[in-house]
Amino acid sequence: MGLNRRKLFKVSAIAGGGLMLQLSLPNALAEEGKPLVASKDLNFYVQIASDGQITIFAPNPEMGQGVKTALPMIIAEEMGAKWEDVVVVQAPIDSSKFGMQGSGGSMTIPRNFDAMRKMGASAREMLIGAASLLLEVERKELEARESQVIHSSGRSMTFGQLATVAAQQPVPDPEVLEFKDPRSYTIIGTSVAGVDNLVVATGLTEFGIDVDVPGMMYASYTRCPRRGGIAKSFNEREIKRLPGVTDAFILEPDDRAGKSSFAFMDGLGVLRGGVAVVGDNTWAVFNAKNKLKVKWDESPASQDSWPEMVEQAKQIAAKGGGDVKLPGKTVDAELSNAKNRVQESFYEFPYVAHICMEPMNCTADYKKGKSGEPDTLEVWLGSQFPELAKEAGVNMFGLKPENIKVNGLRMGGGFGRRALHDFSAEAISISHRIGKPVKLTWTRTDDIHNDFFRVGGFENMKAAIDTNGKLAAWDQHYIGFGNNGKPVIGSGLRGNEFSMVALDNARVTQTLMEVDTSCGAWRAPGSNTNAFVEQSFIHELAELAERDHAEFLIELMGSRRWFEEGKISSLNTGRAIDVIKLAVEKSGYGKKKLPKGTGLGLAFYFCHAAHVAEVAEVSVDANNNYRVKNVTVAVDVGPIVNMSGAISQIQGSIVDGLSTMAMQKITMKNGEIEQDNFNNYPVMRIASTPSIDVHFIQSDNQPTGLGEPALPPLAPAVTNAIFAATGKRIRSMPLSEAGFTLV
Amino acid sequence: MSKYTLQVNGETHEVDADPQMPLLWVIRDKLKMTGTKFGCGIAQCGACTVHVNGAPMRSCVLPVSAVSGPVTTIEGLSNGNELHPLQTAWIEHDVPQCGYCQSGQIMSAAALLASNKKPSDADIDQAMAGNFCRCGTYVRIRAAVHTAASFYNADTNAKKGA
Repeated sequence: MGLNRRKLFKVSAIAGGGLMLQLSLPNALAEEGKPLVASKDLNFYVQIASDGQITIFAPNPEMGQGVKTALPMIIAEEMGAKWEDVVVVQAPIDSSKFGMQGSGGSMTIPRNFDAMRKMGASAREMLIGAASLLLEVERKELEARESQVIHSSGRSMTFGQLATVAAQQPVPDPEVLEFKDPRSYTIIGTSVAGVDNLVVATGLTEFGIDVDVPGMMYASYTRCPRRGGIAKSFNEREIKRLPGVTDAFILEPDDRAGKSSFAFMDGLGVLRGGVAVVGDNTWAVFNAKNKLKVKWDESPASQDSWPEMVEQAKQIAAKGGGDVKLPGKTVDAELSNAKNRVQESFYEFPYVAHICMEPMNCTADYKKGKSGEPDTLEVWLGSQFPELAKEAGVNMFGLKPENIKVNGLRMGGGFGRRALHDFSAEAISISHRIGKPVKLTWTRTDDIHNDFFRVGGFENMKAAIDTNGKLAAWDQHYIGFGNNGKPVIGSGLRGNEFSMVALDNARVTQTLMEVDTSCGAWRAPGSNTNAFVEQSFIHELAELAERDHAEFLIELMGSRRWFEEGKISSLNTGRAIDVIKLAVEKSGYGKKKLPKGTGLGLAFYFCHAAHVAEVAEVSVDANNNYRVKNVTVAVDVGPIVNMSGAISQIQGSIVDGLSTMAMQKITMKNGEIEQDNFNNYPVMRIASTPSIDVHFIQSDNQPTGLGEPALPPLAPAVTNAIFAATGKRIRSMPLSEAGFTLV
Repeated sequence: MSKYTLQVNGETHEVDADPQMPLLWVIRDKLKMTGTKFGCGIAQCGACTVHVNGAPMRSCVLPVSAVSGPVTTIEGLSNGNELHPLQTAWIEHDVPQCGYCQSGQIMSAAALLASNKKPSDADIDQAMAGNFCRCGTYVRIRAAVHTAASFYNADTNAKKGA
């Protein structure tokens, strides 16, 4: 924890009088969460105008996860502001003022909670200082609430009246700031509607795809269907004659575009070779794209083929072995002990795509410097890490970062896809070539074919149950994917995995197969598939042991302990047991009378600093049509900031998890992605939505984010429920391929 | 290129466009109204839903030459500054997450409520089947449609009373 490092507050008056407070302090959790965000100072602004309007800048990118509302709520709470007086403004992208403005890893809340509280508390102390001067009373007799500072006698002044004098008050030492007693909270923990709801509901939100710059051209870009192929020539004359088309040209591949200071994305967002078409509207350049005839050099192209990968994985599983990540104690002896019951199961999960509703897009304006002036670049895009969009300009064209301006817009979905900047490298390159501002829009097919997929994989699971019905040995062989021996994002088991820290006699091994297909972070990377395997297999073992699943799962947790005390990324079995028990109790698991063909399924998972248990109630008919009627969710992420936003993230995670497990699968054949659009890559519709019943344990642990952790337990909860209803065990996703249809 | 006269949100627009150009791109790129969204281009996701002659249409596959009546987009759904009951309900229920699909969702729901003031869950499921939400806001969409319907009914009752 870096809270004792240098901290700095600055203050200055704003035009027209008032207070502007800037807090700058190190990113306290940068080391903690294996950062998706590089460690830099964070800076936040509050402004109070003389008329009482409180403007709070929301520093981090909004993609639907609700941080534009939640972070300002924390500041407003500590200040004693009335939420109705607050106007939230998305902060400009400027690392010199705001530090790294990123959203990912469900880390925005844990990284910023204390910083936001300090921001609010400093503003509050300065307002109280001003009131003490103006009312000529002792500070300790004053209290800030409802956008006023109120004296014990009942006299009061509004924040607006105090703003100018408050701005002249000494900035308090952040070390001695006291935070409000959570029991007196009036904003944190309540349900606050998203600050952008009105513009969304009236169609006035500006997403990246909606940007319109004077003189702007429109572009499409076509890459080789086989990943890694390079464009050699195309039907240039025919394309350039099409209505609305003004230019068409080849871009050479450029690996420099993928260079990143951020290890997580370094080497991924390269510029792929292809053909750009420029024109005066989007449809003209899409239409031309369909008429392109390109000769590709496919010698460097991917030869990945999913059926071959499945075959290879089965052979690896049969052979056993792999790199030993955890040796276990007496695993072989227990597996071969004739008195024990042994289960062996092979699990499979597919590649899946992000399919953000807003296809990838970027607008770029590259201006060549006149008479010795340096070149400049302006970029508009929705990105989880907008400032990093500068890197392509720096690495490909030698621009200085200070000559690049990035405008970060609301994202029509992120889910990890918008952490990468391949599409902005394309837009920048096209603008550089044509010397005009240009908006590049991807078609849905571009978006699916050129995704950084959630990696598929396999796990071969073995375990022994002793004569007392207890787990005697656990043998987990993860068969995943890597590049040059390094696991791709989301593949492989991390050291904090439940099976690796909590089980007594566990052997964990890992084998990686080489893959060319690009992989990236997809909502709860790694966890979204590991949860399915581990939590399904534990249910299999409970059945083998003829034990109640919940009781067996709780037994595996062992005594109540926190493996790395104080570290939020470490499993706490006590919190795990509490959420499992709560989900069991609230769902009626083990008690509820269920009709024939209906079952309850339980699963637990720990990731993103969140302990989550879910119980799904599923009915299955004779034709294997299944309906998820209800999902009970029990969550411990510490205190909740925005109750409406928190429940919304959980509802969304359940629907996303269900949609993915039920029907989504990306396959490749000789390096080509076989799915093109929503006709062959379907998404769940409203009619299949279960009721979703959410319960929080608001422990006094550090608050953490909810964008991801409610998704992983959903798939095993549903397949365990299908087993309970039918006795049929499903060991591969999506369920559509196993003959089960979500209705 | 041909000339087309379009009625959009009560205003007349003259546009020069290829006859095959979908209404979506006329609205977005030529009329510069960006509330109507591009999601798939093949009428699968519903993000581009607008009303033509009051009926919900996927504007991404409707050629401008085939537009046969007045068009309403999300920008034209409210009555001046008075929000449509669905828009009010969407805000109250805190429906949006990323928000990208919501224009299309609201336009499909508005077409439903125009003909059915008391929709059941099954009516909603059917009318909204052409729109999906990648963020998974379905629970709240359903609740918001019911709430909007109740505004309508309360409003009608109030008018009857007056």
